[in-house]
Amino acid sequence: MAEYAAGGESPEILFWVGCAGSFDQRAQKITKAFVTILDKVGVRFAILGKEESCTGDPARRAGNEFIFQMMAQNNIMVLNNYNVKKIVTACPHCFNTLRNEYPELGGNYEVIHHATYLQQLIDAGKIKMKEEGSFKGKKITYHDSCYLGRANNIYEAPRKVLEALDAELVEMKRCKSNGLCCGAGGAQMFKEEEKGSTRINFERGREAVETGASVIASNCPFCMTMLTDGVKEQGKEDSVKVLDIAELIAQQIE
Amino acid sequence: MHIIQELLFVIAFGLAVYLFSRKAGQIRRNILLGRDVQLNDEPALRWKNVLLLAFGQKKMFRKPLVAVLHFFVYAGFIIINLEILEIILDGILGKHRLFAPILGGLYPVLIGCFEILAVLVILGCAVFLIRRNIIKVKRLNQHELDGWPRSDANYILITEIVLMLLFLTMNTADQAHSPFWISGQFTGILSGLSDTTLIAIERSCWWLHILGILAFLNYLPYSKHLHIILAFPNAYYSDLLPKGKMENMPAVQKEVQLMLQPELAGSEPASDVMPKFGAKDVNDLTWKNLLDAYSCTECGRCTAACPANITGKKLSPRKIMMDTRDRAEELGLLANKEDGKSLLRDYISEEELRACTSCNACVQECPVSINPLHIILQLRRHLVMEESSAPQEWNMMFSNIENNMAPWKFSPDDRDKWAIEMNS
Repeated sequence: MAEYAAGGESPEILFWVGCAGSFDQRAQKITKAFVTILDKVGVRFAILGKEESCTGDPARRAGNEFIFQMMAQNNIMVLNNYNVKKIVTACPHCFNTLRNEYPELGGNYEVIHHATYLQQLIDAGKIKMKEEGSFKGKKITYHDSCYLGRANNIYEAPRKVLEALDAELVEMKRCKSNGLCCGAGGAQMFKEEEKGSTRINFERGREAVETGASVIASNCPFCMTMLTDGVKEQGKEDSVKVLDIAELIAQQIE
Repeated sequence: MHIIQELLFVIAFGLAVYLFSRKAGQIRRNILLGRDVQLNDEPALRWKNVLLLAFGQKKMFRKPLVAVLHFFVYAGFIIINLEILEIILDGILGKHRLFAPILGGLYPVLIGCFEILAVLVILGCAVFLIRRNIIKVKRLNQHELDGWPRSDANYILITEIVLMLLFLTMNTADQAHSPFWISGQFTGILSGLSDTTLIAIERSCWWLHILGILAFLNYLPYSKHLHIILAFPNAYYSDLLPKGKMENMPAVQKEVQLMLQPELAGSEPASDVMPKFGAKDVNDLTWKNLLDAYSCTECGRCTAACPANITGKKLSPRKIMMDTRDRAEELGLLANKEDGKSLLRDYISEEELRACTSCNACVQECPVSINPLHIILQLRRHLVMEESSAPQEWNMMFSNIENNMAPWKFSPDDRDKWAIEMNS
C-alpha cells in the first residue's frame, strides 16, 4: 500500500490478509491462491504488509475490549491515512469486524469477503475456468462459516463460486443458517475446548465426511484448521481434502 | 338470582384483572432493572418483524410439523378471544349469548369455527404432551428442565385441553341454540336429560371455563407461557443489525482514543463515575436482555442447535435465559437490597461462558427473537475486564496481540513474508 501511496496512485482493492493468512502455514496457501487469482485477473491490489494488525476480533470476543479498541483504532488510522475505500479479505472474522464494528469507530469502507468477490469476478466473466476441470462431477460439500453465514447472511455467494467448478455440490444436513460451527469462533481457536463428550470439530468433521464428498470447501482459515483436524480424526485425511474456495478456483483458473 | 351471579362474575373478573396487572407491574419493574438501551429506530422494520416473527411465527416454520400444530394452538388462542369477549360481556350484563341475536345467521358459523379451532387446539396439545412425556424429544427433556419447568409445560397443555373441553361441553348442553358444527354431533350423549340438568351442565361449564381462563391469566406471569404476550414486544425490539456485530463500549473507546489520538478525543472532562465493564448481575444487562428472559418459553431450539451443548459441554443457551429470569425475579423481590449473590457464578458458571463459540446458532433459532449470545458476551467482558479472569491461553493471546499485533507469537516483521516468498 505504501508503494501505491508513494506513487500517488490508488489500488482497486486493499487485500486484508489477516493474521492467519499471514502467519499460519496452511492459511498462507489460501492467501497465495487468492493472490494468484487476483494476478491472473489483473486486479490492481495492495496489502498493508507490516502495517496491518490483528482486527481485534478474538480479543473482543474473549471479553478484552481494551485490546480490541487499541487494534481497531490503530488499524483505522492506517486505513484512513491511505484513504482506503474498498477492502477484500479471505477471513470472515476480519470481514465481520471491518464491516460491522469499525464504522462506529470511524472506519467506513466497502468491505467484501473473498467469497463474494470471487463470485463477482466470475459473474463479470473475468475468471475463466479450464475446459477439463479436475473437479468436474466430483462431490464437494461446503461448510458455512458462522461469521459469513449467520453473522452476515451470506450463504449463496460461496455456493455460486463452487458451481463454477462444475462439481456436484452435496449439502450437509446442518447447512446454511442451520450450519454447525467448526468450534473455533469466539476466541475458542486460542484455547482448549471445555470438557465435553467430544470436540466440535470432530462432530463437524464426521458430518462432512458422511456426505461422501472428496472435498470439503471452506471460506475461513480457522474453519480450515478445525475441519482438517476433524477429517483426520475420521481417518480420512487421504481421501477427503479440506480446501478454501480460493484454492479450488486457483486450481481451475485458466 | 341473576344479580348475584352478575355480582360474583364482576368480582371474579375484577380480582383476576387486578392481580394480573399487579404482577405485570412487578415484571415491568424487574425488566427495567436492566440498563437502558435505545431500540426505537426504524419503526417500519420493527413492525415488519412483529408481523413476520410474532404474528406470522416465521421462525417456527423452520420445523414445519411442530409449527403447524403450534399454529393451531396459537390461532385458537387468538381467535377464541372473541368468544371470551362474549362470555365476559354476558357475565357482566347477566345475558346469555349476547352476540347471537346481533349476528343472526353468522353466529352459529362463528361458533362453529371456534369449535373447529378448539378441536385443533386439543389435538395440538395432545401431540405436544406425547412429544414431551412419551416420545421424550431430547430438547424437551434436558436436565435444566428438571422440576418446575417440566411440570409447568405439562400444566399448561393439560389446562388448555380442559378449557377447550369445557367450551365444547357447554355448547353441547346448550340445546336451545341451533346445533353447532362440532358440539352438535354429540347432543345425543346428553339426550334424555331434563332441561334443568342441561342448564346446570351448561352453567357449570360456562363458569369453569371462564374461571379457568381467569386463573390461567394469573398463572401466565409465573410460567414459561408468558411468551404468548411478550413475544410481540420482543419481536419489536429485536436486533436489526447483522448478528456478527458486537455491542460497542464507548467508555473504552474513549479511553483508548485519549491514549492514541488525544487531539480527537474531545475536551469534556472524564466522568467521575468509574464505568462498569461488562455484566456481573442482571442489572448490568440491558432491559432487552431481561425482556428476552421473560419471553423465553424454554422450547430449547437454541440449546439443540448449540455446538457446545451438542458436544456435551455445560453451556445451554436456554439455561442462560432461565437463569437470567430467575435472578431478575429474585433481585426484583429484594427491592434494592443486596443479597451477596449475582447472576455470574451463583447462576451461570465460568465454564458455561467459556464454552461459547459465538456462532449465533442460538440467536438464529429462537422463534421469539431472544439473543442469549449478548448476555454471554457481556458476562465474559466482566470476567476479563473486571476480574482479569481468563484461561491462560487467552492471556497469552492477549499479550501476543498487544506485542506482536497477532494472536500468535510471530514477529510482526514476518507478516508479509508470504508475499516475498511468492515473488522470489
